[in-house]
Amino acid sequence: MPAASRRRFLSQGVALSGAIATGRGIAGDAKSDTPPGEPAWSRSLGAPILASPYGVPSRYEANTVRRQSPGLTRTPHSSVAFTPLASLFGIITPSGLHFERHHAGVPDVDPRAHRLIVHGLVREPRIYTMDDLVRFPSVSRIHFIECGANSGMEWANAAVPGVQYSHGMLGCSEWTGVPLAVLLEEAGFDRKRARYVLAEGADGASLTRTIPIEFALDDVIVAYAQNGEMLRPEQGYPVRLIVPGVQGVSSVKWLRRLEVGDAPWNTREESLHYVDLMPNGVHRQYTWIQEAKSVITSPSGGQTIAARGYQEIRGLAWSGRGRVKRVDVSTDGGRNWRTATLQEPILPKALARFRCDWRWQGEPAFLQSRVIDETGYVQPSIAALREVRGKRSIYHNNAIQTWRVAASGEVSNVQLG
Amino acid sequence: MFNWVEGLVAAAFALGLSAGADASRYDLGRTPTTAEIAAWDIDVRPDGTGLPDGRGSVADGQRLYDAKCASCHGTFGESTDYMALAGGVGTLASDQPVRTTGSKLNYATTLFDYIRRAMPFNAPKTLTNDEVYALTAYVLNLNDIVPAGAMLDRASLIAVKMPNRDGFTRQHGMGSVRGTPDTRAKACMHDCVANVRVTSELPEYAKGSHGDIALQTAHWIAPQAPASGSAAAIATAKGAGCMACHGVAKGVIGPAFVDVARKYADDAGAEARLVRKVEEGGSGVWGSAPMPGQAHVPAADVRAIVRWILGGAGD
Ligand code: HEC
Ligand code: HEC
Repeated sequence: MPAASRRRFLSQGVALSGAIATGRGIAGDAKSDTPPGEPAWSRSLGAPILASPYGVPSRYEANTVRRQSPGLTRTPHSSVAFTPLASLFGIITPSGLHFERHHAGVPDVDPRAHRLIVHGLVREPRIYTMDDLVRFPSVSRIHFIECGANSGMEWANAAVPGVQYSHGMLGCSEWTGVPLAVLLEEAGFDRKRARYVLAEGADGASLTRTIPIEFALDDVIVAYAQNGEMLRPEQGYPVRLIVPGVQGVSSVKWLRRLEVGDAPWNTREESLHYVDLMPNGVHRQYTWIQEAKSVITSPSGGQTIAARGYQEIRGLAWSGRGRVKRVDVSTDGGRNWRTATLQEPILPKALARFRCDWRWQGEPAFLQSRVIDETGYVQPSIAALREVRGKRSIYHNNAIQTWRVAASGEVSNVQLG
Repeated sequence: MFNWVEGLVAAAFALGLSAGADASRYDLGRTPTTAEIAAWDIDVRPDGTGLPDGRGSVADGQRLYDAKCASCHGTFGESTDYMALAGGVGTLASDQPVRTTGSKLNYATTLFDYIRRAMPFNAPKTLTNDEVYALTAYVLNLNDIVPAGAMLDRASLIAVKMPNRDGFTRQHGMGSVRGTPDTRAKACMHDCVANVRVTSELPEYAKGSHGDIALQTAHWIAPQAPASGSAAAIATAKGAGCMACHGVAKGVIGPAFVDVARKYADDAGAEARLVRKVEEGGSGVWGSAPMPGQAHVPAADVRAIVRWILGGAGD
C-alpha cells in the first residue's frame, strides 16, 4: 500500500498497528511506543546524570504551571500568579508552584547582607544575620497559606472558569525556621505591655502587618526553608514569617524587622486593603483568621469528564482555626450529601486531602464539597455568606464552590441560589 | 484574653528550659546600634508615634506629585490603572463603592507611612521626610481634606480627620482563633434543598478569558482524547499555537497543512524528519520565513499533530 495510506492506517490506533506488527513478524514496531511496539526510550540510552543538576518536571507536564488571571492587575510587579490546584496531588504544594503575590516585585536579597532586627517593647533589641537565625533551635511544620483575597472575584457572581483562578491563591508547605516566640523571649519582650508585633519586609514595598501577640507566641515561625530547601525568592528568600491560619499577607516575606508594640499599626495593608467591606459601608478591620473552606479540585471547572463510569472526586479542605474534622460531598447541588474520606495526616492549619467515589452515568450534576472543622464550624453556602456580608467584599470568601457537570461531561463554574 | 504567662511557660518548656532563664539564652546575634534601628524603624502609628520631624506644603506636594506620581496615579489622583488616590467619598455603602485613599482610609498617618516606605512604586524610599509631608498634604488636598494653602508637619498631620475615620470595626469573629463566626451553617445530609437553582454562571464574554483550561491541566486530570483522532489533533495543534502560522487549507506564515501532506505523500521517512523539524525549527523548504523551534510542545503532541498532517489534515 502507498506510504500515505499506510500511515493513515497506522494512525487509526494501537490495536491496528499491533496487528501490523504481528503480521510483519517484527518484534518491536519502531513507529509505536505502545505494546506490542517497542518504545523509543526502550531502544536507546537516556539522558546522563546531572542532565539537570536541579531536577525539573518532565516536559510532558508543561501544563502544570502558575498562571495569572488576565486583566486582574495592571502591573506584573504587584500581582498574583495562581497555583494550578487541579493538577496537584496530596497536600504539599511544590515550592515552584506555590502561588505568588508581591506588592513590589521579587527582590534579589543577598543573604549575607540581609539582617533581621527585633526591637520595640523589648529589654534587649537584637540584630541577626541569616547564620544566626539558622543556628537557633528549629521547628518544621506543615501549614497552608491562603491569600485573604482568594476567591475574591466570586463575591458577586461566578467570574472565572477554573479552580486555578477561583481558589489558586492557596498553597501548603512544610516550613522550617525558628519559632517567633523564641526570638521574642530572647529579646526579653515586655510581658506586661506587649500586645502586637509589627512585621516588615525588605522588598520595595517594605510591606508591614500587625500580628497579635497571642498568635506570635503560639505557632508563628520565622521561616527560612520550604519543603526541605531554602525558601524560593518569590516565597521570601532568605527569611519570612509564617502566621498559620491567618490571611497570607501577614506571612510577611523577605522579613527584616519585628517591632513589639502595645497597639496595632493600622498599616496600609490593614486599612486600605485586606479589610472586609460590609453592606452598611463599614469595613471589618484586622480580620486575621481564614475560616474553614474546601473545594473540589477534580473534576473542576474547564475540564471535561472523558468517559462515563468511575470518577474519584478529589479536593482540598482547610481551616485557619485548627484541624479539618469532616468533609461532605454532594453531586446534586447540595440536596443530599455523603461524607468523604480524609487522607491522613490531618494537621492543624494545613490542607487536608479528601476523596469520594462517584460513578458518573452521563447525568447533569452539581458537585459541591463542605468542610466542618474541629470547632464545629460548617462551611457556608455563597447565599448564606452574602446574607451577612453582602457582595462587595473582596476578602474571606470561603463559600461552598459548585461545579456543574453537563451531560457532555463539560464542567463549569456556577453559583446556586 | 490570651494568658501570656501560660504561653511563655509552655514555650520555655517546649525548649527544655526553665521559665526563669536568662534573656539571652542562645547568645546569638548582637545588640543593634541606635542608628541601625532608627534607619529601618520608619513605621508610623495612627496616634502619630514614629512621625519624623519635617514639614511640607500642598504647593510643594503638587510639584513633586506632577513629577513623580501623576504618570501612574493621574493628574488628579483619578487613575484606576495604578489605584485611584482621590474621589469616591460617601460611596462605600452603595452598590458601586469607589475605593480610593480618600474614600477608604481612616488615618492620614497611614498615608504618610505608606508613601514614605513604598512610593514612588519604581523608586521607593527615595523621598525626604519633607517631601513625604508635602506629598501627603497634596494627596489630602486632591481629596478636599486639607485646603490648598495647607502645610503639614507632625502635629497637623495627626490632627487631620479622614472622611472614613469611623468606618472601621473590630466587632467580628475573625480577630482570634476563638472568635465567633458570623455564619451558622448546618451540616444537613438529606433533602437539604428543595430547589437547585443556578443563580450565576460564567458570563459568555468571560468564557474564553482564561484560555483553554483543559490545556492548562495535567493530561491525567483532564484527559484529552487519544492523539489518533483528528479532532484531538486539531485541538492539540490549536493549543500548541501551530495555527497562528498555519492553516489547514491555507498557508499563513507557514504552509497549509494539506500542502504539507501532498508534498510528502510518498515519503516514508517524512514523519520522523518533520517531527524533528517542528521541534527544532528551520526554514528554506517553503520559503525564507523560518519556523521557530516548538520545543515547548510535548513530543507526543508534536508526533500526533504531524501524523494527522501527513494523514491529509482532514477532520
Ligand atoms: C510606576 C507607577 C507608580 C508611580 C510613579 C507611583 N505609584 Fe503609587 N502606586 C502604584 C501602584 C502599582 C500601587 C499599588 C501597589 C500595591 O499593589 O501594593 C500604588 C499605590 C499607591 C498608594 C496606595 C493606594 C491604595 O489604595 O492602596 C498611594 C497613596 C500612592 N501609591 C501614592 C503615590 C505617590 C505619592 C507617588 C509619587 C511619589 C506614587 N504613588 C508614585 C504605582 C505608582
Ligand atoms: C511562528 C510561526 C510558526 C509556528 C508557530 C509553527 N510553524 Fe510550522 N512552519 C512555519 C514556517 C515559516 C514553515 C516553513 C519552514 C520552511 O520553509 O522550511 C513551517 C513549516 C512546517 C512544516 C513543514 C516543514 C517542512 O520541512 O516541510 C510542518 C510539518 C510544520 N510547520 C508543523 C508545525 C507544527 C506542528 C507547529 C506547532 C507545534 C508549527 N508548525 C508551528 C511557521 C510556524
